[in-house]
Amino acid sequence: MSSSNEIPKDQLPKSGFSRRSLLQSAGVSGGVLTTGLLAEDAQAQGAVAVMSGEVEITLDINGKKRNVKVEPRVTLLDALRNRLDMTGAKRVCDRGTCGACTMIVSGKVVYGCSVLAVDAVGKPIQTIEGLAPEGQLHPISKAFVNHDAQQCGYCTPGFIMATKGFLDRNPAPTVEQIDKGLSGNLCRCGTYMGMKAAVLEAAKEIKNG
Amino acid sequence: MAEYKWPPMEQRKLMGKRIARLDGPMKSSGRAKYPSDMNKPGLLFAVLLTSPHAHAKVKSIDVAPAKAMKGVTAIRVISGPGTEIQWAGTEVAAISAVTEEIARDAAKAILVEYEVLPHLVKEENLAKVGPRAKAAGEQITGDPDKAFQDSEAKISGDYGIPVITHCCLEPHGSVVAWGTDKIEFWPSTQAVSTVGGDLAKLLELPATQVKVDCQYMGGGFGSKFPADRWGAEAARLSKESGGRPVKLFLDRATELTIAGVRPSHFAKIKVAGKKDGTMTGWQSESWASGGIGGGGMAPLPYVFTNIPNRRMNHTQVSINAGPARAWRAPNHPQASFLTCSAISDFAAEIGMDPYDVFMKNLDLTLRADTYRKQLVKGAELIDWKKKFQLGSAKTGNLRRGLGIGIATWNGAGHASKCRLTIHPDGTVEVEIGSQDIGTATRTCIAQVAAETLGLPMSAVKVKLGDNSYPPSGPSGGSTTIGGVSSSTRKAAVNALEKLLEKVAPGMGVPADQLEANDSRIVAKGNPNKAMSWKQACQKMGPTAISEMGENEPRSAAREGLNTAGASGIQMAEVEVDMETGVVRIVEVVAVQDCGLVVNPRTAESQVAGALIMSVCSALMEERIMDQTTGKVLNADMEFYKLAGLPDVGKLTVHMDITKEHDARGIIGLGEPCAIGGVAAIANAAANALGVRVPMVPLTPERVLAALANRRNA
Repeated sequence: MSSSNEIPKDQLPKSGFSRRSLLQSAGVSGGVLTTGLLAEDAQAQGAVAVMSGEVEITLDINGKKRNVKVEPRVTLLDALRNRLDMTGAKRVCDRGTCGACTMIVSGKVVYGCSVLAVDAVGKPIQTIEGLAPEGQLHPISKAFVNHDAQQCGYCTPGFIMATKGFLDRNPAPTVEQIDKGLSGNLCRCGTYMGMKAAVLEAAKEIKNG
Repeated sequence: MAEYKWPPMEQRKLMGKRIARLDGPMKSSGRAKYPSDMNKPGLLFAVLLTSPHAHAKVKSIDVAPAKAMKGVTAIRVISGPGTEIQWAGTEVAAISAVTEEIARDAAKAILVEYEVLPHLVKEENLAKVGPRAKAAGEQITGDPDKAFQDSEAKISGDYGIPVITHCCLEPHGSVVAWGTDKIEFWPSTQAVSTVGGDLAKLLELPATQVKVDCQYMGGGFGSKFPADRWGAEAARLSKESGGRPVKLFLDRATELTIAGVRPSHFAKIKVAGKKDGTMTGWQSESWASGGIGGGGMAPLPYVFTNIPNRRMNHTQVSINAGPARAWRAPNHPQASFLTCSAISDFAAEIGMDPYDVFMKNLDLTLRADTYRKQLVKGAELIDWKKKFQLGSAKTGNLRRGLGIGIATWNGAGHASKCRLTIHPDGTVEVEIGSQDIGTATRTCIAQVAAETLGLPMSAVKVKLGDNSYPPSGPSGGSTTIGGVSSSTRKAAVNALEKLLEKVAPGMGVPADQLEANDSRIVAKGNPNKAMSWKQACQKMGPTAISEMGENEPRSAAREGLNTAGASGIQMAEVEVDMETGVVRIVEVVAVQDCGLVVNPRTAESQVAGALIMSVCSALMEERIMDQTTGKVLNADMEFYKLAGLPDVGKLTVHMDITKEHDARGIIGLGEPCAIGGVAAIANAAANALGVRVPMVPLTPERVLAALANRRNA
């Protein structure tokens, strides 16, 4: 098995951790991970650090600081779902393919299953739970309801967050742009027709405020 | 005797209207709690250790190193020493721990020794399966040999459709807590009323001990009826962990390996006929596998069941791979693909438009008039007659083609009981042990109840997903909508009758001369004699009115609230790149038979969804087994492909929502729309290419191979 050295330096997360490199080093060293540094320390030192055991980190989720204890290998998705009871984002493929765990970190659309929780420290995280206050619906969510862009609904929160990120960058998209812009998410029940219409309507709604 | 029949179509205010699904806001805000979202206090996380071998005997298993790990609360050996394992992914042990990460580490720490046995995981080549083949016997009708001898034209073709998985987005699994007086079970299920009894049976407990709750579930498609071994083991882990709730959901690789597949189907098919397109003879040698137990058996020839001379041989092949489960319209998509492909190839052979050949032979089907109308409608929608060109006449690099697929299904309502309660404050609740698997069942029940009581949707609270409610059938085979709508209708009529009896004396009108309308109780033919719903309910005294309704399948057809028999046709237009072999969907059209449609919006969603599933199966989906290792090579969502937004082309759904259709009562249509699409797309590609690609999915590799074979021929 190869080491993390194969990943170009500029693609390495600042903390030195990526899920891939961690899995690889775990595979190589077979549980001899040593304890030690907090993510911030690692960042400060710019070093590739190795650690194990739970550490307490603070995540900035939907504008609120939340403390959570995680092992370094825990993904942002699992930290939210298993430790903070924020279950809007779903775990489906768990390998960065289906988009069911889509969320927005530092303004960028990411798959929560492919970001380590420790790597999200200090970055604003936006999840489906923060899209609209309790009892209200964000225009994108509303448009998904209006156009029946959901059946079982398990992919829906991911699609809605992907739509949010997409419309933030493309406020007046064409259908072709929607196809491309949301191609990182998958639905099994087959609700794409409703989705295309919903995204168009949401774009209009958001524009008209 | 109460009158249950549906109100006339033109008088309905809610049924038949395009009402948004009631749980849409919960789902689209991320607030809907699916079973996999249940973070109960003290929750433990469980994982499975599964067999890496497709066929092996467990020699020994040592759980001690895992048990010693901090945070591990219980370990269950599922396949102990001596157990013969028949497919990779078989559950060997289950582990619960305080975190999922610890549970995973513990699974890795369990030491299992296997005696590896020889395996067979591929069934595509029948000549290579040896003793794993089991012939199902020959069926002969008429004189097929003579029909082929005397025929003016005949074709012989090879066709194949591989095993595909359900790939439910929410994996199979549950959260379960073994309490002192009951087991609380939150499964992702299609069978709320039966899954508790199933779990109880596995645990050898009375059915009364299991309390089931499933308000939302993330897709099943036929694979989520049982409690499953992993459900029972999660319960036992909970028991051994002092009753703490345990969450056990399959990881994606395991989900795609053991949680259900649709059987493959392969066939050598010969069709004989006349040059005018009339089919006179059919011969098929088919084989299939859905795992160790063999495979499904597609009904061949499909729909064209009365081809006069037929010989059918089918062989089941047992392979060491994860077992089959019902998959939306079991056996039908395969049967439709095999049959419609052969018919289209017969049309190509005699230089006819397949549309004309399908039309010409409709008397060989049981519902000729329906199919005729549907083919005409489909052709109009896709502009068939203007666009169609024989494959042999096409030129250029990008070539378009058209294809047809045909479907039939039953769709009668299942057994269902429902309780409707009218409270003295005027509120109404419907309790039914059904489930909403994404088909808008919750919404349709509310529409039926509110329609019957003359109330707005918001006045009715639908309670389902709980096995303490009156039992209602599992959601499979397109049986739910007919079942729950009929039982709800009857419960609502019965409850209303009781209410009218209470208010009749005060209003000075006989109860049978009163009706519920616009949130009022009104004298028939005298709208001035009325009282509000609320006032009427106050007359009932302190005790609520609570009445049952039942759909009993044996008498349902006679009563007419729901019936059976939904045909359908699908047509597709594709574009093929002759250089790259890429097949692109231009349009798929569904002309879907229906009866009374409770909610056209959600019904259309289901049909459009089925078309997308057909695109997936025709172009992308295939479980790929590796004979060397015995494993599924693509047990993930990167290489087990599903269609995304850009892949589906234009989708057109047509349903004949007319008085004539409405009079048939409710007919389920979740399955029939999921049958013909694969055939339509495969046939469209064959038409575009001028050559049959024998096997779906139509990957570029297969398309280019078919083109190369033709050049070499």
